[in-house]
Amino acid sequence: MSLDSQLQNNGVVVAKLDDLLNWARLSSMWPMSFGIACCAIEMMGAMASTYDLDRMGVFPRPSPRQSDVIIIAGTVTFKMADRIKKLYEQMPDPKYVISMGSCSNCGGPYWQHGYHVVKGVDKIIPVDVYVQGCPPRPEALIGAFIELQKKIDKESLLGEQLFKGKA
Amino acid sequence: MDDPAQLSEYGKILIILLIGALLVCATIFLARLISPKKNNPIKSGTYECGEDPIGSSWVQFNPRFYVIALVFLLFDVELIFIFPWATVFGQSEYIAADGRWGWFTMIEMAMFIGILILGLVFVWKKGDLEWIKPNVSLPRVPVNIPDHAYAALNNRTYQVRNYDTVTVDAEVVENPAEEVVAIPKPAFKPRFKKPD
Repeated sequence: MSLDSQLQNNGVVVAKLDDLLNWARLSSMWPMSFGIACCAIEMMGAMASTYDLDRMGVFPRPSPRQSDVIIIAGTVTFKMADRIKKLYEQMPDPKYVISMGSCSNCGGPYWQHGYHVVKGVDKIIPVDVYVQGCPPRPEALIGAFIELQKKIDKESLLGEQLFKGKA
Repeated sequence: MDDPAQLSEYGKILIILLIGALLVCATIFLARLISPKKNNPIKSGTYECGEDPIGSSWVQFNPRFYVIALVFLLFDVELIFIFPWATVFGQSEYIAADGRWGWFTMIEMAMFIGILILGLVFVWKKGDLEWIKPNVSLPRVPVNIPDHAYAALNNRTYQVRNYDTVTVDAEVVENPAEEVVAIPKPAFKPRFKKPD
């Protein structure tokens, strides 16, 4: 990333507005405080002192209005699916989804006989990064955020906004 | 300082206020330009932790908070006056210049606080600090069970079995040793199946 290398020099930074916006967005991804099951315990561990996701600008927010990312950390039941859909809709664009753990990836241990479990959260909302594991280690969640940073870095927010997807 | 071309101290504050307002307007305008807007009814709805909001959010607020808030505000503002009084008028140069100065400011502040305390006493006397409590009427349900029915239950003597004398040793000896061997094998035995 050219922006990062320019920032090291303590000098004037010349960048495209698109790159600047992407850099700003990927440096402060605020997830919504949203834990459904045991994966949420690992998510809390990742945000606490040992793994300290805050050093990457990942800081949990209590409201979807302030968040950029929603981490689906746990088993998505059909009863919860309505709420997840609603919370996802209430987040401001651009928004991202991290599906954490086997349950939200594909239904996990409930993939065959769990009558109450949605077989993958991607059936209700679009997922950007999948994290495998049951539950995934905090390192895996950090890895997911790094992957999401790479994805955001390639995006063109202005192109999408000004040319309505033509760019 | 008297030069009209020079900015006074208040003028500097005015410029800071103007720049602050301008910057806020500029950032909001920039956000309007570049932020993606994909509005829908769910997004513009009320956030209730993912639940559908029920009823109106225009609820009535209890008026007893109003008086308490008003009295609190009174003494809150009083503190704002006390802090500069304590720092400015308490300076030792003033006291050293004239000893009566300290007594003068002290009496001034005592009068100020005294008037406010009179107000508090007035509010107290009027009973405005009393927390208005609702009259709770306990629901009474007529039940046809008479009291002596409970008395009969309470006065009955119950048989309590004495467990202290019961010994378990006899049963342990009776267990034959052969039955221990006859534990069924586990139904599932994990093994590696070789591919054919």
